[in-house]
Amino acid sequence: MKADRRTVLGLGAGAVAVTGAGLAAALDRGEPLPPGGLGGADLARGHRLRDGGFPAPSRFEEVDLVIAGGGIAGLSAGWRLQDAGFTRFRLLELEDQVGGNARGGRNAVSAYPLGAHYLPVPNREAKAVRHLLRQLGILTGERDGVPVYDPEQLCADLQERLLWQGRWQEGLVPRTGLSAQDRADLAAFERAMAAYSTRIGSDGKPAFAVPMAYSSRDADLVTLDRLDFASWLDQQGWRSPVLRAHVRYAMRDDYGTEPHEVSAWAGVHYFAGRRGWTVDGAGDNELTWPEGNARLARGLAGFFPDRIAAGHIVHHVAQEGAAVLVDSFDVAAQVTVRTRARAAILAMPQFLARRVCPSVGAAEAFSYAPWLVANVTVDRLPGGRGVPLAWDNVSSTSNALGYVVATHQAPDAFPRSTVLTWYLPLSDMPPAVARRLLLERSADEWKAIVRDDLLAMHPELADAIRGIELWRWGHAMIRPTPGFLARGAAVRPQPPLFLAHSDLSGLSLFEEAHYQGVLAAEAAMAFLQHRHVSLL
Amino acid sequence: MAEGDPARPKHRASAPAAALLASAFVVSTCGLIYELLASTLASYLLGDSVTQFSTVIGTYLFAMGLGSWCSRYVTRDELRLFIRVELLIAVLGGASAAALFALFPLVEHFRVALYGLVLGIGFLVGLEIPLLIRILRGFDFRETVSNVLTFDYVGALVASLLFPLLLMPHLGMIRTGFLFGILNAGVALAVLLALPRASRYRSETVSAVLVLLALAAGFAASDRLQRWAEVASYGEPVIYAVSTKYQRIVLTRREDDLRLYLNGNLQFSSRDEYRYHEALVQPVLGRVANPRNVLIFGGGDGLAAREVLRHPEVRHLTLVDLDDEMTGLFSKTAMLTALNKGALTDPRITVINADGFRWAREAAATRAGSFDAIIVDFPDPVDYSVGKLYTETFYRAARRLMAPAGAMVVQSTSPLIAPMAYWTVATTLEAAGLQTRGYHVYVPSFGEWGFMLAAARPIPEQARIPAGGRFLTPAGDRALFDFPPDMARRPTPVNRLDNQVLVREFADAWSRYEG
Repeated sequence: MKADRRTVLGLGAGAVAVTGAGLAAALDRGEPLPPGGLGGADLARGHRLRDGGFPAPSRFEEVDLVIAGGGIAGLSAGWRLQDAGFTRFRLLELEDQVGGNARGGRNAVSAYPLGAHYLPVPNREAKAVRHLLRQLGILTGERDGVPVYDPEQLCADLQERLLWQGRWQEGLVPRTGLSAQDRADLAAFERAMAAYSTRIGSDGKPAFAVPMAYSSRDADLVTLDRLDFASWLDQQGWRSPVLRAHVRYAMRDDYGTEPHEVSAWAGVHYFAGRRGWTVDGAGDNELTWPEGNARLARGLAGFFPDRIAAGHIVHHVAQEGAAVLVDSFDVAAQVTVRTRARAAILAMPQFLARRVCPSVGAAEAFSYAPWLVANVTVDRLPGGRGVPLAWDNVSSTSNALGYVVATHQAPDAFPRSTVLTWYLPLSDMPPAVARRLLLERSADEWKAIVRDDLLAMHPELADAIRGIELWRWGHAMIRPTPGFLARGAAVRPQPPLFLAHSDLSGLSLFEEAHYQGVLAAEAAMAFLQHRHVSLL
Repeated sequence: MAEGDPARPKHRASAPAAALLASAFVVSTCGLIYELLASTLASYLLGDSVTQFSTVIGTYLFAMGLGSWCSRYVTRDELRLFIRVELLIAVLGGASAAALFALFPLVEHFRVALYGLVLGIGFLVGLEIPLLIRILRGFDFRETVSNVLTFDYVGALVASLLFPLLLMPHLGMIRTGFLFGILNAGVALAVLLALPRASRYRSETVSAVLVLLALAAGFAASDRLQRWAEVASYGEPVIYAVSTKYQRIVLTRREDDLRLYLNGNLQFSSRDEYRYHEALVQPVLGRVANPRNVLIFGGGDGLAAREVLRHPEVRHLTLVDLDDEMTGLFSKTAMLTALNKGALTDPRITVINADGFRWAREAAATRAGSFDAIIVDFPDPVDYSVGKLYTETFYRAARRLMAPAGAMVVQSTSPLIAPMAYWTVATTLEAAGLQTRGYHVYVPSFGEWGFMLAAARPIPEQARIPAGGRFLTPAGDRALFDFPPDMARRPTPVNRLDNQVLVREFADAWSRYEG
């Protein structure tokens, strides 16, 4: 076992209390770690982008519009263009595979997500997302004007369980062994969130909407963005440790960020923004697939496969008169291609957009949460006392966020082996420090952490772990810190340049990336005078 | 052999000596009882009683030999060791039946636990007799050996008569174990009390009292232990038990009553299964004009298939059951094929071992509309895995498999004990676009049991019921559709993959019923 203890302990002191605690012991135990690799964003390509040194353009192309970036925002922009009959565009993606954070993997046992893994049943206001889901056969029809979703793509019962005081209970909020204060605070919190959820602002918009652009701008709501969520909870007098632990779980789950760093507006949005619109009262549910949101990415890309060029590092974007010149390095051919276009959508996070096109944005204000995702192949299903295995399984005593079961949606009544996708946001230290830790800790060290966390929940899996595939996300999610509501609007460039990324919304959600992609595509079509009816 | 020297002065038997001889009798009785318990329990749980009895008895006698041989290494204080050994036998033997029952479902290698325990008890009993002879060495050797062995063998006779005639029928295995443990410990205590210098044995006396109390508590709690040790709850002797990849299959038989349990749930009793299976199959086949192609989901015991194959117009029967060991067992074992009349090896049947949900989904694309009648006979919806097979999604797939003029029947739990669950099946079939008609039948071993007919068209009132059945007649068929108020239809939700209300309702109903 080659563990560089100094690195681990030096970085780990204090900040990584939980994740680092058992590490040295785990490595010293000398148990062989399961096989598996270490993946993530292509660092060589990313660093090359940072360090420059690309050859001068030697190939020249022309197209009406370039989409630079093939994550959900870029793919959604392409889908919107295609759907409106605008076909003279090209999508360039740095990685060999499109999908961004919504990519997936596959092994002999199952497909599995590498990052984003579900889409909540969309709200009434999420028109564009519904349009897409109808085209993908996920939304199958309507009953009395209300959307009906394919039952096999809605998350099957049991959806969520929490390991709480030694027993698995249904749902993620503890329900037993609570003090009077816990019960009072939980109830008050739930009442307040329910009131926000049903509130319609004086502008006729829902107080909290998904996509968030449809939210009311009432002053008392917007003011929430000045404060962090922990302070806001303090102001309400809700100090129950059970409530606060649940809130922390939620903020880290959706934002990769601690409650004291999350804008109170974003905090409330998590609890009051979801009003899934479907029949049978099934709106409080998710759509999910073994490979997670890679299903949606593949669906989007499937509308225009011929216009996608993967393995193209867009490294320079500049305006020349009315035209946009997009220089991309073709990794396979090892040449730089200059694409002359009438418009370009930079579908990438702001720190990258700034690098390839210095006239765009103000990248300093944006910060991103790093995550570690591990796909753990096991020979048998996890069990445990209490309710049976759910799709999402969370332990109240772990600093990680638990795991989802890749085969949960499989038709078989008795799957024997499965893949568990385990998530850890490195939220308890500054993002830059966490990113360094993410990269410097060895694969074996991370595997030991994943294994020990899983075995703490499930000692019965001790001899059942067959492999651990790690995936490092240096910039997994935009962090909605206080003041984020004004931030996205501040970086809108002038045509012919357009931006599309969920960081412009400030919330790292599929619906936000999709909204930003559609918004940019429609603005670009308007600029290029292509007639269309807005989906937004 | 100085202690056996006939020239040594003879002592008259004293009170302690009498107690020790009495204990020889009790020890041997108890030893044999433990041995019989282990053998019976092994044949009960593992089947094949000849093998179980010979291996357990062989192991036991071998262990006794081992114990006797080891007794030579005891060089002092035989009496104290004798008392301790006796207490240890009381604990091990007394709790043996309860422990083995409790361990059976928990451990992977049950035989290791079984033979380990038999070896342990045998070893200790084997140690005891030589010790006893040595303790009594002050008496006439010839007489001592004769006495000890006589009591030993007489004890064996008493045990072998008591066990089948009195103990098994009246006390059951767990309680018998504890009773003899108590006797064992009681004798040890009596010996201690009869000893002239009892104060030297204070710790043994205290232990004896504690052991007695513990065993008495076990005896008193036998009923609860019996319920807790799940396998012990089969009311009848187990003749076959196997854990397959998917489930635990247990067959029991008492006289002519053959019963099948899957995961501890009764699937049929050969005394009244004809009521269940005629009621499952004949109403649906009798309401389809010409049932040529029939599909059964579940029903790996071949009993529903037997009923289907009574119809000469059936050309082809497809049976989809998850467990190949189940269908294999019911195709090959003479006792079982006698019951299903060889249905699973009939030339008209195709047995497919596959997950019903997956198979239905895939077949819905390739074999749409090809089955005139579909019989859905899954286990009760006790967990989310089985609950999937009762969802709207499954019924939609089944509906696509059904011919336009076809019909389907679904085993739907008890409308009396779980009326919400029962009528949820109807609501769910209706949500899948089918019309339904419920009916119910009394099956003594199950109680009041319910079924649901479903078809894409109105379901006929009248059915053609074939002659030659033991239960169902045309008039009897009509009577099944009448529901008294306590089982009447009530509003229920639709069972979907994302809510699985049926599993929740079924669990609620049975926990209320069983308290």
